[in-house]
Amino acid sequence: MRITEHPILRFDRGKELSFTFNGQPMKGYEGETIAAALHAAGVKVLAKSEKLHRPRGFFCAIGNCASCQMTVDGEPNVRTCITLLREGMKVESQEGKGRLQ
Amino acid sequence: MREVELLIIGSGPAGLCAALSAAESGARALILERSFRPGGQLVKQTHMFFGSERQYASHRGVDIAELLLKKLAEYGERIELMLNATAVGFYEDNVVTVLKDEKEYFKIRAKSVVCATGAFEKSLAFPNNDLPGIYGAGAVQTLMNVYGVRPGNRVLMVGAGNIGVIVSYQLLQAGIEVAAVLDAAPRIGAYLVHASKLARMGVPILTSHTVKEAVGTDCLEAAVVWALDEKFKPIPGTERRFDVDVMCVSVGLSPLNELLAMRGAEMKYVPQLSGLVPLRSENCETGIPGVFVAGDASGIEEASSAMAEGWLAGLCAAAKLGYVPADFEARRREYLSQLENLRSGPVGERIRAGMKLSLLEGGMRDV
Repeated sequence: MRITEHPILRFDRGKELSFTFNGQPMKGYEGETIAAALHAAGVKVLAKSEKLHRPRGFFCAIGNCASCQMTVDGEPNVRTCITLLREGMKVESQEGKGRLQ
Repeated sequence: MREVELLIIGSGPAGLCAALSAAESGARALILERSFRPGGQLVKQTHMFFGSERQYASHRGVDIAELLLKKLAEYGERIELMLNATAVGFYEDNVVTVLKDEKEYFKIRAKSVVCATGAFEKSLAFPNNDLPGIYGAGAVQTLMNVYGVRPGNRVLMVGAGNIGVIVSYQLLQAGIEVAAVLDAAPRIGAYLVHASKLARMGVPILTSHTVKEAVGTDCLEAAVVWALDEKFKPIPGTERRFDVDVMCVSVGLSPLNELLAMRGAEMKYVPQLSGLVPLRSENCETGIPGVFVAGDASGIEEASSAMAEGWLAGLCAAAKLGYVPADFEARRREYLSQLENLRSGPVGERIRAGMKLSLLEGGMRDV
């Protein structure tokens, strides 16, 4: 799901990073957000809504709308569309408001 | 509490130009940027800008961001850029509370403030509009142009304004299929230069159409659209289904300016400027002396006008602090005339009407 050829842009990806999504090992790159890395790996459903448990993906990608909130390294409600990926991150999809671990 | 001369909230086109303009007059500015990257939405804009040379016409947004940041570095200590710093409150005496790195929380008091906080993409109401795969068009632009990630394989674009049409073209450039572009209005809102590029690539633009519903269980699988009559009422029997895994919603932006409302600036709903905006003088100063607004936060326009407003607000904010350069009036008139040019002609009619409605009483006076 990554763009490799582009008429205008060149994508200089940073160092390859390892992280987990719901326990599964995943790869991403330094300099990209958690949501971008997940999307590149085909993960679109990031959370479930609070009352109706409907699937949630990101919507705005600039930290405005809270649709992309996930639990990261035990901390709930992390806006993954604006949080940079780091080596060894433990990313989990979130049910509703999430819980402090 | 930290004290600063001029605080600029936001480092998009308006904020960066405000900082440069104030520094040029001799003022010192601190810019707060909530993201880890400066430049606001310029960083994802790969199309060439219109306007005049002053607003870097025929440069791509992404290159303009770089140019402005390079200039910023030339001012050295006069401009400080603080990243990962969100202004979360704006109180009397211009005290701004800041959340830095999601950890530190502190106050800054500023003598003058330019609020250049930008805008937010609107959503559209239809069944299942919350399915993953339905994104703001700007969000898809970020994913694609900043991170080099494909949003999906086949896209339905909702909205044939400039953003919708430009992002559709950029999707094609990235090798992604655009099934169609819809717009509820009976005509295309975007500049025809952009729209005809799409038409030449064989992408249908369906005017007087809207989304009836999105289909999918975990993610978007298809979208059903239908035609609208001249009163914008859906016409049953005209339904068409598009099998798409991405839908981009590009139905306009809302100004982001809650901080100004919190500070007590008088706000007014101005439909021509796409939402609630602060009343201000022609110099971009709100009803609160020393508090300025620039860019989309003052009403939705284009990045070119945001830059010109930034230059004007920065100049006048610095003047309030006592930095009045010898050529103050000449510079002020120059920025005003740039704005006038950008808002001229039939395209700018709406904006001009909006500007009139959002002008403070007696707002034409000098600083």
